[in-house]
Amino acid sequence: MAHETAQPGLWARAQRTSVEQLHIRLESFIVLIVLSAVMAVLSPFFLSLSNFLNILLATSTIGVLAIAATYVIGSGGLDLSLGSVMGLSGVAGAYVAVNLGAPSPVGLAACILAGSAAGYVNGQLITRAFVPAFIVTLGMLGLARGLALVISDGRVIYGLPALMVYVGQGRPLGIPMPVIIFVITAIVAHCVLAYSKFGRHTMALGDSESAARAAGIRVERHRRILYTLSGALAGLAGMLFMARINSGDPTAGLNYELTAITAAIIGGTNLFGGRGSILGTMIGALIMGVLQNGLNLLAVQSYYQQMAIGAVLILAVFIDQYQVRKESRV
Amino acid sequence: MTLLTLSGIRKSFGAVDVLHGVDLAVEKGEVVGLVGDNGAGKSTLMKTITGIYRADAGSIEFDGTDVLPLDPGARRELGIEMIYQDLSLAKQQDVASNIFLGREPTRKLFGLFPGFIDKARMDREAASMIARLGAHLPSINRSVGSFSGGQQQTVAIARALTFNPKLVIMDEPTAALAVREVQGVLDLIRRLKSEGIAVILISHRLNDVLAVTDRIVVLRHGRADANLATARTNMSEVVSRIVGGGDLSAAAMHEQRG
Repeated sequence: MAHETAQPGLWARAQRTSVEQLHIRLESFIVLIVLSAVMAVLSPFFLSLSNFLNILLATSTIGVLAIAATYVIGSGGLDLSLGSVMGLSGVAGAYVAVNLGAPSPVGLAACILAGSAAGYVNGQLITRAFVPAFIVTLGMLGLARGLALVISDGRVIYGLPALMVYVGQGRPLGIPMPVIIFVITAIVAHCVLAYSKFGRHTMALGDSESAARAAGIRVERHRRILYTLSGALAGLAGMLFMARINSGDPTAGLNYELTAITAAIIGGTNLFGGRGSILGTMIGALIMGVLQNGLNLLAVQSYYQQMAIGAVLILAVFIDQYQVRKESRV
Repeated sequence: MTLLTLSGIRKSFGAVDVLHGVDLAVEKGEVVGLVGDNGAGKSTLMKTITGIYRADAGSIEFDGTDVLPLDPGARRELGIEMIYQDLSLAKQQDVASNIFLGREPTRKLFGLFPGFIDKARMDREAASMIARLGAHLPSINRSVGSFSGGQQQTVAIARALTFNPKLVIMDEPTAALAVREVQGVLDLIRRLKSEGIAVILISHRLNDVLAVTDRIVVLRHGRADANLATARTNMSEVVSRIVGGGDLSAAAMHEQRG
């Protein structure tokens, strides 16, 4: 207790304010700046507007998935099926539009619907059949990927109608459509998580399920909504990706859950629930985006990028746990 | 006027029967002590009142309403609050979030979207509630996990009292407190009684129970085994009813020493 009598240092106070007011780990912000500075020095192309938009474009898919991860992990849950559901959604949308010849809006809606359906099944199994979220979503990871391959017969579905492609490749005012949709989604998700009853209950649920239950929050119903929402967001990510690559690829989103969860954790989401913010997650997603973009510019083989993402995830959790241990009273 | 009437409450968890038909009545503004050995079913019984557990059989009437089909949120709306032994706080959230959890005052965001939290009002009312309890917290915006045990309990108490309850159930509220804080809790119980709020106090500290209650109900083997007016009983009778006869004086001695 000796150190408590002394004024906490500026850094410690800034850290605490940042965590308590913004739910962001100050470290992640600094990592993003340092990482960007290093990339800028290493590659002359890094600091250009077009590359900046490239980073945002590449981050848009992962960013939407990371929003889903923030909600679910913040609530004390886990969704490992994000990447697979994203793949399934893209294939579903492409199949409906190309093979069934449905109009573009129907094709786009099919992506979100397919994702929501997968998330709904996750939620039902977790809250009504009492199978742990880890197992249910791990199973869904396999199921959704398999279903995507079955629907597409293992082949990429080409030939999307123009309007669907516009959602992925259009550039109103020079800004890529996926970036616009991603930013709007992030703003809405931020407002809901930080300021709405639904968002506050989500974090309280992850903090202490018994407290939430005692307070009268309908815990199971809330979880079902969260997993369905997570699936819907994976569907949105699938839609953006499908439209951007102009095809329904059954292998789309492979291992993306790893990157999305990493982005959420780097951004300050507590792995065990109760804390997290979309603002932080966006910083996390940008770190992942800058990392991938920078490694691409430096022509580093993509195998190494996978290794880098995995290492960053473990490192981020280590730092978070180290901080929590240091700050906790017991 | 009877506020709460339990009759024939049964509850079992799998093969384990915990409550075998409990009858209990609490008057308006009455302080009832609920005592019993470990495993007698005290906490289980209270959780069937708050709705965390659903009773297998029996009826619960509160203020003229059959509350058995209601979920915990609806029962809180009727005025049943409980301060749990583990406090049931969301430790990473701040004071106001905990006090108002599940009942946040809302407003429309940009005057359009409903369901958004009126944080300023929450903070203001939380601060005034803490002040009314005569407590001091380092900051209302800190996560409650960084507070001491007594401070955390203040938050749990504030949560139970903010929405004008008619019945407050306290599960071992003094077990983890320092002597001065124990007096604070006992004073609070007296104050609630004077305001017409009924209290059910679960405690192993029989001195506290004898000091502050009107009536003492002994739960033994899942039944309300004894119903004693506090003014006409004493430590050794209570102890003997808890342990179920046997060596009375030795048990009482043990209790007084502990």
